[in-house]
Amino acid sequence: MISEQLVDLSRLQFAATAMYHFLFVPLTLGMVWMLVIMESVYVMTGNVIWKDMTRFWGKLFGINFALGVTTGITLEFQFGTNWAYYSHYVGDIFGAPLAIEGLMAFFLESTFIGLFFFGWDRLSKTQHLMVTTLMAVGTNLSALWILIANGWMQNPVGAEFSYQTMRMEMTDFWAVVFNPDAQAKFVHTVSAGYVTGAMFVLSISSWYLLKGRDIEFAKRSFRVAAAFGLASVLSVIVLGDESGYTVGEAQQTKMAAIEAMWETEPAPASFTVIAGINESAQKNDWAVHVPWVMGLIGTRSISKEIHGIAEIKARNRERIVNGIVAVTALETLRQHRDDPVARQVFEAHMADLGFGLLLKKYVVDVRQATPEMIDRAMHDTVPRVAPLFWSFRIMVGLGFLMLALFTLAFWSTLKTNCRQRPWLLRWALLMLPVPWIASELGWFVAEYGRQPWTIYGVLPTHLSVSTLSVNSLYGSLAGFVGFYTVLLIVEIYLMQKFARQGPGSLGTGRYQHEAVHHAAPAHA
Amino acid sequence: MIDYPTLKIIWWLLVGVLLVGFAIMDGHDMGVGTLLPFVGQGDEERRVVINTVGPHWDGNQVWFITGGGAIFAAWPLVYATAFSGFYWAMLAVLWALFFRPVGFDYRSKIHDPRWRSTWDWGLFIGGAVPPLIFGVAFGNLLQGVPFGFNDFLVSTYTGSFWQLLNPFALLVGVVSSAMITMQGGTYLAHRTEGVIQQRAVRGAVGAAVVMVLAFIAAGLWLAYGDIQGFVITSALDPAAMPDPLAKTVERSADGWWVNYDKQPLIWLLPALGISGALAAAALTAARRTLSAFVASSLAVVGVIGTAGASMFPFIMPSSTMPNASLTVWDSVSSPLTLGLMLGATLIFMPLIVFYTSWAYRVMRGKVTVAQIRANEHTAY
Repeated sequence: MISEQLVDLSRLQFAATAMYHFLFVPLTLGMVWMLVIMESVYVMTGNVIWKDMTRFWGKLFGINFALGVTTGITLEFQFGTNWAYYSHYVGDIFGAPLAIEGLMAFFLESTFIGLFFFGWDRLSKTQHLMVTTLMAVGTNLSALWILIANGWMQNPVGAEFSYQTMRMEMTDFWAVVFNPDAQAKFVHTVSAGYVTGAMFVLSISSWYLLKGRDIEFAKRSFRVAAAFGLASVLSVIVLGDESGYTVGEAQQTKMAAIEAMWETEPAPASFTVIAGINESAQKNDWAVHVPWVMGLIGTRSISKEIHGIAEIKARNRERIVNGIVAVTALETLRQHRDDPVARQVFEAHMADLGFGLLLKKYVVDVRQATPEMIDRAMHDTVPRVAPLFWSFRIMVGLGFLMLALFTLAFWSTLKTNCRQRPWLLRWALLMLPVPWIASELGWFVAEYGRQPWTIYGVLPTHLSVSTLSVNSLYGSLAGFVGFYTVLLIVEIYLMQKFARQGPGSLGTGRYQHEAVHHAAPAHA
Repeated sequence: MIDYPTLKIIWWLLVGVLLVGFAIMDGHDMGVGTLLPFVGQGDEERRVVINTVGPHWDGNQVWFITGGGAIFAAWPLVYATAFSGFYWAMLAVLWALFFRPVGFDYRSKIHDPRWRSTWDWGLFIGGAVPPLIFGVAFGNLLQGVPFGFNDFLVSTYTGSFWQLLNPFALLVGVVSSAMITMQGGTYLAHRTEGVIQQRAVRGAVGAAVVMVLAFIAAGLWLAYGDIQGFVITSALDPAAMPDPLAKTVERSADGWWVNYDKQPLIWLLPALGISGALAAAALTAARRTLSAFVASSLAVVGVIGTAGASMFPFIMPSSTMPNASLTVWDSVSSPLTLGLMLGATLIFMPLIVFYTSWAYRVMRGKVTVAQIRANEHTAY
């Protein structure tokens, strides 16, 4: 049997490297469009300050992008190195969007980012703007394909299991692409990235305004960030991920856990604002409810029920029992491919194969599973409630906090007097880390909420790992932590160095804090 | 609709194309990284060297990432078995690659000689280590690697990292390293002038000679040494749904030479490897740098093609459970996925070649110390 320690360490390594990667991705996704906006204004007006804005924010973008690339390769490697059985079992479906991501998106963004930095003197204005735009398109397309892959893990459509090849095989590519779960995720995730980009520019611009330096540069940057941020934060909230929660069982289970909905309530369900979660008794000790709201958000109706955890678990127990038959028949079929009886039995119970495999965590021969093991497997099918309940609420709360900030910031720039509101600027500066916290929490909710599966209902997490030694995992985990810590220190050092230096770091002679003297004001 | 056996062959060729594309494109900037500390003396010269690939390394690296993705999609069992089996070797490649994005982008952002020199050696590691390890990995594939499957196709690898470093594998590692250095040297000679170009030419010529000698030595070792190839001994249905446990495989002394007997035209591949490298050496020495780069790239086609064609249909033979060896026929994806990925490749590959060429065209010409001084704040 696979050791639990190996599974836990593999999960920890994946979670750590994925969440680390996700420190850089949202900023890339958002900033790249702000570069397009700034450069478009430059091309249209010819005012060089907009070119300087594109180049300065582009410099910070580049520092961030470098680590995004570095940490992104890890993730592609890691499916193979640490999740070998997963890679075999679902590579037929999961590999395709990854390969298409490379062909369609990575080549585009990576080729044009080179020209973005090095092509200023070699390309016409319009050509350079085209380069920046293609880089933005590539970046966002890569998010699309990776989220199609990720959406399939949550809601595995367009595929079926083959006992001959012992894996899932694709049956309908377009079902995988237009998976509603993937589409909802894409919109939600890229919008969150846009908010991150906007917050980054807004915060740093606020700091320049507070310090009273490079005012014209900072004011314009502030304005772009406020407008872009407001639109994006509205998109995150209105087109929020909850629109995807009615789709598929994984999301229903996740929603029940996120909302600490232990029992099925008559429709429309009430929304639990906060609660004292009692995991062992499977209930809330106390709770603050708002009637109707959950039913409306979760089902977009007042008549559809949302399933409670108890009901979901009871249903899953039946599927586990049924799954034992499927696993047993599959084991026979792997020995004798042509056994007609086993084949018939397997096909009749195939839908619950994944649930049967859940028992492999506790027993090698699933026929020997005791009722107690079946109960444990049943309880495994719903992730722990408290981490999801609170992560989700903090994420949503931070989302509304950012909505408030961007609304005020936008309103201030309309009246063009944001400098008269130092409290707003200070607040904007303090909010700098907020989108990162919200993004990481969102990532956690999506992936922790999928447990105990890598592919919901199909492949349990504990079967997905590579058969490595625990020592190998300790070694590689230590290596990643060491490398990533050093890289993060270097990155943050450079970021703050150039952010402090400001547009003067371009060496154009137009800004404060640069070696070149006789600076002409940028906005003449 | 293309039939399944044909799709399997096409994907064997396409993975070959992606590997060759990787070795030519990412290979030349890795070669530049390998040569960097030796060809560039002093900060400004090193910046010249770095900026020859500065605008392009990131796009080139995608050949590697897409190659990985394509193997995942087309040969999931190979991706799973090789990446997990070669765990520490893959991590070494990965960690070496870490030095590249940050090395390129961060190096010249701080004016401290120690900082810059540290990243120069980081770029050296990022350029030198991956080709060496890939070569060593190929050297092990030719000998078979210790892995097997259970009934559910869970793979178990029983070797260790240190066992990969055997003499034959290291010799193949030398072939690979020298090939990539030659590729970088010819490129560098094309994009630089003066003393930097002189040193690049010396590096390219030296690497080409080493590569030819090591390549011939590896061939002789396979012909007369103790390394056995593999042959499929059971009947095989190329149209069957893939099942790596359905065949029988035996080791045989002439296993890797069977294809040459069946199809003598394959001899053209090693011939291309050797003659391409010799031509690259001669042309670089004569300062016909663009032709030299083309010759070097043809040598890459020849060398990688030789490895692939010798082993066909094997991709990853198993030394401990030969029947479980992964081949072109039984480690592939479903017909739907292979067909779909072929479509995607046919659409996007021409576009990629088009805009990559455009990017090189925009940035064409020699990189000089004067340019670096003029673009102090923007150059790498």
